Amino acid sequence: MQADRPLTLASRSPASPLSIRGLRKRYGDTEVVAGIDLELRRGECFTLLGPNGAGKTTTLRCALGLTAPSAGEIRLAGLPVPARAREARMRVGIVPQQDSLDPDFTCAENLIVYGRYFGLDEATIRARIPELLAFAGLEGKRDARIQALSGGMKRRLTLARALVNRPDLLILDEPTTGLDPQARHLIWERLKHLSRAGTTILLTTHFMDEAERLADRLAILDAGRMLTEGSPRDVIAAQIEPQVVEVYGDWNGGGAAGGAEAWAARHAAAFARRFEVSGETAFCYVEDAAPLLAHLSAQAGLRYLHRPANLEDVFLKLTGRELRD
Amino acid sequence: MPTSASSWRAPQLSRRFIPVWRRNFLVWRKLALPSVLGNLADPVIYLFGLGFGIGMLVPEVGGVRYISFLAAGMVCYSTMNAASFEVLYSGFSRMHVQKTWEAIMNAPIDLDDVVFAELVWAASKALLSGAAILLVISAFGLVDTRYVLWLLPLIFLVGLAFAALGLVMTALAPSYDFFMYYFTLFITPMTLVSGVFFPIEQLPPALRAAATLLPLTHAIELARPLLLGRLPEHVALHLSVIAGYGAAAFWLALALTRRRLLK
Repeated sequence: MQADRPLTLASRSPASPLSIRGLRKRYGDTEVVAGIDLELRRGECFTLLGPNGAGKTTTLRCALGLTAPSAGEIRLAGLPVPARAREARMRVGIVPQQDSLDPDFTCAENLIVYGRYFGLDEATIRARIPELLAFAGLEGKRDARIQALSGGMKRRLTLARALVNRPDLLILDEPTTGLDPQARHLIWERLKHLSRAGTTILLTTHFMDEAERLADRLAILDAGRMLTEGSPRDVIAAQIEPQVVEVYGDWNGGGAAGGAEAWAARHAAAFARRFEVSGETAFCYVEDAAPLLAHLSAQAGLRYLHRPANLEDVFLKLTGRELRD
Repeated sequence: MPTSASSWRAPQLSRRFIPVWRRNFLVWRKLALPSVLGNLADPVIYLFGLGFGIGMLVPEVGGVRYISFLAAGMVCYSTMNAASFEVLYSGFSRMHVQKTWEAIMNAPIDLDDVVFAELVWAASKALLSGAAILLVISAFGLVDTRYVLWLLPLIFLVGLAFAALGLVMTALAPSYDFFMYYFTLFITPMTLVSGVFFPIEQLPPALRAAATLLPLTHAIELARPLLLGRLPEHVALHLSVIAGYGAAAFWLALALTRRRLLK
């Protein structure tokens, strides 16, 4: 892609690309979204981070006018949703969670057919195809059938498809789920590129590294509520101690043979204000790791890893360690 | 929308269904030959098999050769089948399996436009297949071609009605298996009592009365005279019944689809 030919248009409109106030969505007795407030700033990448079932996808569906909220106010591209959602979607590009490319079409046909849904004329769409394919790294695949593409290629084509209308706002629902590391890195790189060019991006994910890498701001969601919001660095600083020491291995210091769990029961509280045992590992969250590390180096059999606190620590602190099915 | 009341609001139709229709047409164009041949083979085999076979036993029905009598039935039968198969199996693929509808609704197109596009597309496909059958039966001299072109708008209308009925099933279907019930409990019995193979006058009175409530009967009441070179009677009545089925079923299908997808 050429820098002077933006794939997206930064609109001059002063309105927030997406603003959500007091959003609630109830299905029967279950409140899937229980009061969400969100105001995207133009040009930022905002990430909704949450475990499965946190309400991320439902929030997006409400924002796009694909389902009516039980309560709350939504404005997308400056327009009220759901009342004028259809018009608002003219300005938005969407990468859905599940692959929905047309399997009967080639890559180029997928883009042409999708562009028509925006009322774009044939010549305009055709003129955009080369740059869209180039952006997706699919230059040679113009006439390739969808079945012939790898998972990563399909995702990139879906991303290109979402850009066919040159959106102000790009929304991605778990864009790298199911991709191998190489394919994920390529998607991230493309999103970074769009972000630098000024596109506002809203993405949902349950991958911490994805959020930490891409987000200017993020919110952690669980059970339909936003637990915290801010830049990744601020969220980590506000929510958790700066240092983490993971302790695992064998420990004989208690008289009988045991593991990190036995060690933690006896000693962790003396060094860490907060610690958690998960499986065979004890996680100690500390302001200053030096006393703990000195103690650990004297414990035969125990092994440990000292690292700075990250988003995953915050996430697990806020959402717990139980499995979400 | 979440409440059942808003699911029943009037269809909001617009020209935005056209790009969705074109998407389906583009898929069809890639497979046009096998598609037309597939839709043609079944009725033509029936027509010639039964037409000549039963035609030996029953030389004339109502003053015409049995095969000429059967021709109108086969045109309507194949129109019904082409439209039904399209909205049931292909429509379900697009709605549920391939997530095509979801992708379209992420663009500035509403569900109403998508369902309407499915309706018009299925009728269009029925028309493409129906035209091929008309060509075959005209070429073999089985029908009087004086009014044969009137069959084209009729096929389209019948296609719309059966597409709408099929869309109700698609809206309710948990899987492809569900459609078997629709065919065995509705389509097949209707085919047997609607005058496709024999005049409905042959039916016992109760069954005959029931048959007059079915859309296929009215389609055949129009198609048969036209293909025998005569103008049909009660045209407005027959057209209203077919159109009424189509309109009512479309509204029902749309309400059920809204409830399924916009929740």
